[in-house]
Amino acid sequence: MTALLEVRDLTVSIPSRFGEFTAVNQVSLEIDAGEIHGVVGESGAGKSTVGSAIIGLLESPARISKGSIRLQGDELTSLDETDYHRLRGDRISMIFQDPQTSLNPLLSIADQLIETIRQHRKLSEEDARRQAIELLAETGIDSAEQRMNDYPHQFSGGMRQRVVIALALCTDPELIIADEPTTALDVSVQKQILGLIRDLAAQRKVGFLLITHDIGVIAEITDRVTVLQHGKVVETGPTAAVLGSPQEPYTQALMAAVPRLDRRLSRFRNIVSVETRMEGENLWKIEGASASHASNWLLGGDKVARHAPVAVGRATERADNALLRVDDLDVTFGARRSWFSRTPGLKALSGVSLHLHRGEVLGVVGESGSGKSTLAKAIVGLAPTSGGSMQFNGSPLPDGRHRPRSHLVRRQIQMVFQDPYSSLNNRRTVEAILTEPLLFYKLASKGADTRRLVASVLELVEMPQRAMLKYPHQFSGGQRQRIAVARALMARPDFLICDEPTSALDVSIQAQILNLLKDLQSNFGLTILFISHNLAVVRQMADRVVVLRRGQVVESAVSETFFNAPQADYSQQLLRETPSLSLLGTPV
Amino acid sequence: MSSGIAAFILRRLVQSVFVMLAVSLIAFSLFRFVGDPVAQMVGQETSLEDQARIRESLGLNEPITTQFITFAGNLATGEFGYSYRTRQPISEMILDRLPATVELGIVSLIISLLVGIPAGIYTALHRGGFLANSILISTLIGVSIPTFVIGIFLIFVFGVQLGWLPTFGRGDVVALGWWKTNFLTLDGLRSLLLPAITLGVYQLTLTMRLVRSEMQDVMKSDFIKFATARGIDRRSIHFNHALRNTLVPVITIIGLQFGGIIAFSIVTESVFQWPGMGLLFLDSIRYVDIPVMSVYLVLIALMFVVINLLVDLLYVAIDPRVRSRSEAS
Amino acid sequence: MIARFRRYAIENELLHLFLHNRVAQLAAFIALVMIGGAVLASFVAPTDPYDLASYDLLDSLLPPSWVEGGDPRFFIGTDDQGRDLLSAILYGTRLSLTVGLLSISFACVLGVSVGLTAGYLGGRFDAFVMRIADVQLSLPAILTALLIDGIARGILPQQSHDDLMIVVLTIAIGLSLWVNFARTARASTFVEKNKEYVQATEIMGMHPVRIMLVQILPNILGPIMVILTVDLAVAILLEATLSFLGVGVPPNQPSLGTLIRIGTEYLFSGEWWIVAFPSLTLIVLIVSVNILGDFLRDALNPKLR
Repeated sequence: MTALLEVRDLTVSIPSRFGEFTAVNQVSLEIDAGEIHGVVGESGAGKSTVGSAIIGLLESPARISKGSIRLQGDELTSLDETDYHRLRGDRISMIFQDPQTSLNPLLSIADQLIETIRQHRKLSEEDARRQAIELLAETGIDSAEQRMNDYPHQFSGGMRQRVVIALALCTDPELIIADEPTTALDVSVQKQILGLIRDLAAQRKVGFLLITHDIGVIAEITDRVTVLQHGKVVETGPTAAVLGSPQEPYTQALMAAVPRLDRRLSRFRNIVSVETRMEGENLWKIEGASASHASNWLLGGDKVARHAPVAVGRATERADNALLRVDDLDVTFGARRSWFSRTPGLKALSGVSLHLHRGEVLGVVGESGSGKSTLAKAIVGLAPTSGGSMQFNGSPLPDGRHRPRSHLVRRQIQMVFQDPYSSLNNRRTVEAILTEPLLFYKLASKGADTRRLVASVLELVEMPQRAMLKYPHQFSGGQRQRIAVARALMARPDFLICDEPTSALDVSIQAQILNLLKDLQSNFGLTILFISHNLAVVRQMADRVVVLRRGQVVESAVSETFFNAPQADYSQQLLRETPSLSLLGTPV
Repeated sequence: MSSGIAAFILRRLVQSVFVMLAVSLIAFSLFRFVGDPVAQMVGQETSLEDQARIRESLGLNEPITTQFITFAGNLATGEFGYSYRTRQPISEMILDRLPATVELGIVSLIISLLVGIPAGIYTALHRGGFLANSILISTLIGVSIPTFVIGIFLIFVFGVQLGWLPTFGRGDVVALGWWKTNFLTLDGLRSLLLPAITLGVYQLTLTMRLVRSEMQDVMKSDFIKFATARGIDRRSIHFNHALRNTLVPVITIIGLQFGGIIAFSIVTESVFQWPGMGLLFLDSIRYVDIPVMSVYLVLIALMFVVINLLVDLLYVAIDPRVRSRSEAS
Repeated sequence: MIARFRRYAIENELLHLFLHNRVAQLAAFIALVMIGGAVLASFVAPTDPYDLASYDLLDSLLPPSWVEGGDPRFFIGTDDQGRDLLSAILYGTRLSLTVGLLSISFACVLGVSVGLTAGYLGGRFDAFVMRIADVQLSLPAILTALLIDGIARGILPQQSHDDLMIVVLTIAIGLSLWVNFARTARASTFVEKNKEYVQATEIMGMHPVRIMLVQILPNILGPIMVILTVDLAVAILLEATLSFLGVGVPPNQPSLGTLIRIGTEYLFSGEWWIVAFPSLTLIVLIVSVNILGDFLRDALNPKLR
C-alpha cells in the first residue's frame, strides 16, 4: 500500500539579497491515511514552510527548487496554479494557529461553511446546510443549528478553532495540515482540540500533518514524528521511539531540555545551543571585567542580607517573617463613573493572599485570564489596587499608582518580562540599557568603573562583553532575555518577578534561561516570584506553588506536595490536562 | 430593526446635536468677536446715537448667553441674517448657490467612486503588473497636481485650444421651483463636465490609493489565507471575502471624501467661476463678510453630521461586530 | 571606506532600498536641485523680482526666448509687469518652500507633542484632544486655512495683514495639518507604551516626561518621518492653492500660486507661458516630494514586505 502523502527530498529556497537561503533542505516524510504525523522543531527549523509547500501556498519569492510531493501517487509539484487551487480544500486542507484571525469576521459561520462545501461538491444550498450542521455537531459545537447563523466574534477561542476545523473538514479532504493548531489556546482547550483531531483522524481516515514546537503536543497525539533542524530532517520514526530513545545528539539534547511535569531537575543537562555563536566576540574585553567582579558587586551590596537559598524540603507555608506579604488584594480594571452610567469594572484579582520568604521561589500558575500577570503588575506598582494590602521587608508597600513608592523599594523589586522582543528599547545600545538603572538609582556614576561593571554583568549572564556595543535587534530571543535579566540585576534587587520569562522562547533556549535563573538564585539567594502557565516549567523552579483561577487563589502548597498530591479539583484538572510526556525516557 | 440599534442611532443623534451646538458657538464667536458687527453694517457717517440704536435692536446689549441662544435659535429656524457686503438675506444667497455646488459635488463623487474603487481593487490584486504600475504612477502624479492646475489645463485644452466645451459658469439651467438644475439641458451638462472632472480627479486618486492599501492589508490576513487553503474560488475570495472587509474602512473614507469635495469645490468654483457656495465663501473671506462665513461654516458642519450618521448606519448594515456591540450596549 | 559603506548599506534596510530605487533617487535629486535653486535664488536669479527698479512695464508679456518675439534677456519670458519669469519662479519657489517647511515644522512640533502626551497619558486628556482632532479632520485643510486667514483679515488691519501674511499663512497651514501628526504620534505611542521596555522604566519610577522623550519618541520617529514628507507636499500644495485663490501671500511677493493666478488671466489671449512654467515647477516639486514620501512609507511599512 502506498502512503497517502509521500514527500521526497523537498527543498525550498528563498532568494534574498544576502544570497539564496535554503529554508527546507531535502526533507522526506510519509503520512498514511488516518495517521497523525508530527513535525517538530525550534523556530527557524522550516516546519511551517514544509506545510506551505505541500499545500502549494509558499509565499513568493520562496519556491520549491527540488524534490517531489505525491498525494496518493499524484505528483503535486508539477501542477499549475489552477489545478493546485482545485486541489486545495478538496483533497488537502489546512488549519491555522490563531482562530481569532482565521475566520472572515463579516460572514456568518453558515455562509463560510456552505460556500466551502458548494465550492467542491455539487450540492443544493439546503443539502450543504444540512451537511454543515452535522459537521459542526461532529466537531463539538452544541446546538449547531442555531449557532450556524452566528458570526465568528460570537464564539470563544476554543469554539472558533472547532469551527476552523469544521471548515477544513467540510469537503472531506484526504490530508489536513495543522500549523500550531493549539498554540494560542489554554491547556484545557488544547486537550479537547487535540482529542477532536485524534478522533477525526481515526474515524474519517484523514491524514494529519501536525506542525508544532511543543513536544508535549507531539507526545500527546502523534503516531509518527519528524524532527527538523535548520530545514533538515534530524530524525524520523514512530513517536514513542523518537521521543523515548532518541538516536541523534540534537534530538537527545532537545528531549533533555523539555521540562518534565513528573520530576524536578536541579539543572538541565548541557544543551546543544541552537543559536549561532558570534565569531570572535570574546576577544573584545574591558580590563578587569569578569563574572566574579559582577558577583562581588552584587553580593557586596547593601546590608539587606543575602540569604542562602531555602532548602527545597524546608519551604514553609508559614507567613511570619516573609519578605513579601500580600493580604486580601483586590485589583479592579475599567471601573468608571460617567454622567450616564456606572461601569462596575472587571475584577482581575479578588482577595488574593500570599507570601514569600527570603531566598524562596514561589511559582504562580494559572490559565489566561487567571490574573497572574495582574498580580505581577500590582506588586511592581503598575496596577492600582482597590483593596487589601501589601508588605515588603516588614513595611507597607504602597500601590505605586495612587501613592508613590520610594526609590529604594522600587530598586529592590525588579522584573523580567515575557517578550524579550519588546522588553528592550531597540533605539538604545545594550550599554545604555544596562547603565540606566545604575545611574537612575545612583548606584554608580558614569565612568570606567561603570563600563567595567556592565561588561562584568554581561559575563555573569553568559554574554560576550562586546554585546554592550550593540543594539537589541542584533540579538536572538534567548540572548535578549539574558540582557533583560542583566538589566534587572543592575538594580541590585532583593526580589525578582519573572512573568512568563521563557514562554516566548524555544525549548532549548528556555532550558538555558531556566539554568541561568537557577544559578543566579542559588548564588545570590534571590527571592523570585515565578509566573507561568506551564506547570512543568514551574515545577523546575518553584519551592512553593500558588494556583490562581479567575483572580482567586485556588490552592497554595509546597511544590513537591502540590505536584504529587494536589488538593483542589481545579489543580488536579490542570495537572491532568498538561501533556504528561511519559513517553520520554528517564533523563540522565 | 431591534431596539438596540434604535438606541444606537438615538445616541448618535444626540451626539450630533452636541456637535452642531459646538459649531454654532464657534460661528457665534466669529460673528460676535471678529470685528464689530455694527461698524460693519453702517457707513462711517452714521451718528453714534444711530449706532447705539442699531446695537440695541440687534440685541447686542443682551447678556452673551442670551445672544448665543437667540443666534442658535435663528440658525435652527433658517434665520441666517444679512450679508455685510450685499445686504441681502443670507438664506436667499445660499438657496441661490446651493444647487450648483450640490450638483457639482455629486457628479464628481460619482466619477471618483466609479473609477477609483475598481482601479484600487485592480492595482491591489495585480501588484507589480505593468498596467497596475502605470495606474499607480499616474495617480501619484494625479495626487501631486493641484486641483486648480488641472482645471486650468482642461480649460486650456478643451476650451481655448479645441473650443469644445464652455469654460465658465453654469450655462443654461432649468428651474425646478427654487432649485436650478444643470442636468436637464445639453448646455448645462456640457458646462458641468470640466468642473466635475477637475473636482473628481483628486478624489479619484485618493479613493484609489486608499482602496488599494486597505485591500492589500486584507489580502494578507489569515482568513484570506485560510479561504485560499480551502480552495474557495479566487473570484469569491477577492470580491466576497476581501472586498467586503475592505469596504468597512472605505466607507469611512468616502465619508471623509465629502470634506475634500467641499474644500476643493471652493477651488474648482473659483477656476470655473461656478456660481456655487464655494465662490460665495471665498468672496466672504476676501471681503471679510463675517455673517456669511459663519453661516457657511454651520451648513458645512451640518452636512458632515448628516454624512457621518449615514456612515454609521452603513457600518451597522455591513459589520456584524458593530451590530452586536450596538445591541449589547 | 567604500566597503564599509557597502556593508552598512546591506545592513541598513532603508539605505539598501533607496540604493535600489531609481525613481526615489531621481526624486531626491530633483528635490535637492530645486531646494538648492530656491535657497540660492538671490545669487542664481538673473534679476530681483522684488525690486521695482529691476523691471520695466515695456518688457511685459514677452514670450520665452526661443519663441518668435522672445527676448534673449528673459529665457522663459516675462509676466504682466515685465518681470523676468525665471527669476520670479526661483523667488516664488523659495517663498513656497519657506512657507511649506515652516508650517510643516510648526504642525509637526505641535502635533507630535500633543499626540505623544495623549497616547501616553490616555484618559480624559486623550479623549478630549482626539475629539478635537476628529472634528478638525473632518474639516478639510483648505477650509481650515481659509477660515483662519479670514479671521486674521477680520482682526488685523489691512497693512499689518500684508506684512504678517507669511506668519498668518504658516499658522493657518500648520494648524490645518497638525492633526495628522497628532494621530500618528498617538497611535504609535499607544503601541510603544504597552511594550515591556516602557513598563520597565515605569517600574523604575522614571518621570513620565522623560519616558516620553527618551524612551518612546525615538521609537516613533519612523512613521512621523513619513507624515512629515507626505504632508510637506500637502503644505506646499495648500500654500499654492491659497495664493491662487488670492488669499495667500501679498501680490508684490509672488509665490508659484500667485504667478499661476496672474497667468490664468492671460490664458485666453494666448500668453500660455505665465501659467505653464510656474505650474510645471510646482508639479515637479510636489511630485518629487510625494515620490519620496511614498518610498519612505513603503520602506518603513513592514506589512507590505
